[in-house]
Amino acid sequence: MPTRKRQLPEIPPELVGTVHVTPLDRIYNWARKRSLWPMFFGLACCAFEMVGTFAARFDPSRFGMEIMRASPRQADLLIVNGTVTKKMAPQVIRLYNQLPEPKYVLAMGACAISGGPFKEGYNVVSGIDKFIPVDVYIPGCPPRPEALMHGFLTIHARMERESVRDLRWYRKGEEVDTSVPVPELGPDLVDWRLAEQIEALQQPATDNQQPAE
Amino acid sequence: MATEVTPEPTDEVLTRLQERFPGAVEAAPEPYEGLIVARDHLVDVATFLRDEMGYAYLSDVVGVDYPEEVNGLPPRFEVVYHLFRPVGGPLTLHVHADRENPVVPSLVPVFPSANFQEREAWDLVGIRFEGHPDLRRILLWDGFDGHPLRKDWHEVYYEEEKKPFGSRWPEGHPVMAESRTPLGRNLRYPPGWSPEDWRPTTDPWGYRPHDEVAEQKNPAMPVDRVVLNMGPHHPSTHGVLRLLATLEGERIQKLEPMLGFLHRCHEKIGERNTWLGNIPYTDRLDYVCSMTNNWPYVLAVEKLMGVEVPERAEYIRVIMGEFTRFLNHAVSVGFMCNDLGIYFTVMLYALEEREFILDLFEMTAGSRMMCNYMRFGGVAHDMTEEAVALARELAFERLPRFIDKVDAYLTENEIFRARTVGVGVLPPEQAVAYGCTGPLLRGSGVPYDIRRADPYSIYDEFDFEIITAPDGDVYSRYLVRLGEMRESLRILQQALNRLPDGPVMAGKKKATVKVPPGESYGRIEAPKGELGFYIVSDGSPNPYRYHIRAPSFVNLGVMGELCRGHLIADVVIILASIDITLGEVDR
Repeated sequence: MPTRKRQLPEIPPELVGTVHVTPLDRIYNWARKRSLWPMFFGLACCAFEMVGTFAARFDPSRFGMEIMRASPRQADLLIVNGTVTKKMAPQVIRLYNQLPEPKYVLAMGACAISGGPFKEGYNVVSGIDKFIPVDVYIPGCPPRPEALMHGFLTIHARMERESVRDLRWYRKGEEVDTSVPVPELGPDLVDWRLAEQIEALQQPATDNQQPAE
Repeated sequence: MATEVTPEPTDEVLTRLQERFPGAVEAAPEPYEGLIVARDHLVDVATFLRDEMGYAYLSDVVGVDYPEEVNGLPPRFEVVYHLFRPVGGPLTLHVHADRENPVVPSLVPVFPSANFQEREAWDLVGIRFEGHPDLRRILLWDGFDGHPLRKDWHEVYYEEEKKPFGSRWPEGHPVMAESRTPLGRNLRYPPGWSPEDWRPTTDPWGYRPHDEVAEQKNPAMPVDRVVLNMGPHHPSTHGVLRLLATLEGERIQKLEPMLGFLHRCHEKIGERNTWLGNIPYTDRLDYVCSMTNNWPYVLAVEKLMGVEVPERAEYIRVIMGEFTRFLNHAVSVGFMCNDLGIYFTVMLYALEEREFILDLFEMTAGSRMMCNYMRFGGVAHDMTEEAVALARELAFERLPRFIDKVDAYLTENEIFRARTVGVGVLPPEQAVAYGCTGPLLRGSGVPYDIRRADPYSIYDEFDFEIITAPDGDVYSRYLVRLGEMRESLRILQQALNRLPDGPVMAGKKKATVKVPPGESYGRIEAPKGELGFYIVSDGSPNPYRYHIRAPSFVNLGVMGELCRGHLIADVVIILASIDITLGEVDR
């Protein structure tokens, strides 16, 4: 959101060098972007490349994010690193729901973006963005550590543009529920948000059935 | 289809079996290998083979669907077993079942290693195993609609039977798979199914057997039993493994691994792919060691094609394979220390070495992790002089220092020993019965290594030892991994000193290959154990059946036995000492 340019107050000459005056947004974003805690969460091949990224050669502690937390309650970045299968999707979504606000989602690798090489598989979700909102997509199979770090910097840039005043998690009074309904395992993955569409499809003899066995 | 790795054991076995079970066994017709066993005699034949012919090791159980008559055999479901003796190639058994009601007797009472694999064949192909103690779905969930590896079962995004798909680029524009389905998703429901009226009646998460155990009280110990769920999101399950345990106090009463959270439909996709198109998919099986995943697949196809691999290519394969083994064991020891509570200390050192090995892979194959390097009849690119120089530096100088460091800090470490010695003991007989391979088997004192037992490539030319440790506990497996890293470096040093010049590919590089009809089983000693590929060709540009015998999957079968009676804190160490990768477990 564009903020109005404001005149910053003058600093008395005796305090120059000791006191700095800066917009609240800037110091707020500066502080939190340097303490982004990713969740220690692994799905598939990309998870191993992520572990490699967090090791000695690439060293993301330069960006203040060397701590990885296995509990979603202590993390604010969900790196979806690998193929999301139908059996795993309810768990991923439950983890997303448990992350405290402000939360960010990074889809790492082709599988998390669209299903990737395994897209046609009967047990594969065609991209995690079918269920949860994704902030940054990093293509690759798997992406190189440099690419993943570019993803972190992209999230930093996104944080820079946010303002304390219009973030939904600081709004008073109104309860904003960002959680996503958790799908269930039926004859196929049951996404409750599609219930009406499924119902509509079933009314006439539909052509979405599998060929007769 | 007699190949050089099958030194004619089949005829001798056939004669003895026909004496013992007249009319029950016959030789499989061309182009199939091995024997056809009558369904009713399967358990007796298997027991006889195990007890009197020395085939103690059931490695692989595959279900195959033949909906039409081929090679003079009627439409059928077929279960293919691969049995091994301590030395030599496979004995292949075929058992036929009708198409209408496929039932085959279960081999679990004879070979416990069949347990998970028969469940997989039931899950994916829909063959029922009579007498199986616990025939539930394993990779998909209870309630899933259909058995996907049947030839007439089509996935939601189904386009055509075989790649390349003509529909992929109509008029030069790609069409998204989503736009071709009514829901815009990879989802499909049975006709007339309505989410409004649906009430879950099945047990997709598998809690019921545990609830039953939890309800039984131990009269000697008046405590409640608790069902504990670990994973699929847990930092110590090495991916998306889920362990379901019933506890009494802190002791495990019943534990079972629940699989399928990374089931990426590898085999179904593989049967639509072209032969060559499957090589990059194999990389993603065990994503820690992609180089050794290519190898058994190209080995199996080369057996059918009858290609000779040039000597330099064989050397390069061995070099890459042994670097991969080093990488896997280093990371595995690191992960085990993570689970012991030495959080990311050893791991950081292991990952540092990993980066150097990946540099070498990138230099040769062009990619860090997913190398896609081996081809039928050789390797894709030659090793440059620069790469050889880096390999020499690693094998002669850098990596030996790493092993010495790990050895010095861990092997005699009091805390490390206190946590690992005597934990998760696997007796050798049990290890063989459960089909365990790799460091898990050798950690129980069984000196079985495919590089020696059934040599492939040029391993018979190298001087190295098979490392074993006698105790069968977590510490023994650690010692085996450490020893194997040293032996890998010995092989690497010999290979790098003798690396010959010459071509790295037999013939020209080709985009399509012609594979004659037949079946073949290629296996290597992958870092985690026996990695085998069973392929059936019908002479077309795509595999007819493509099955992976993954070491992690079979080794996990013994996990429940290993953990029984142990503390809950030891479960993660036992799991780490088995060393699994979920990409390979679930496929």
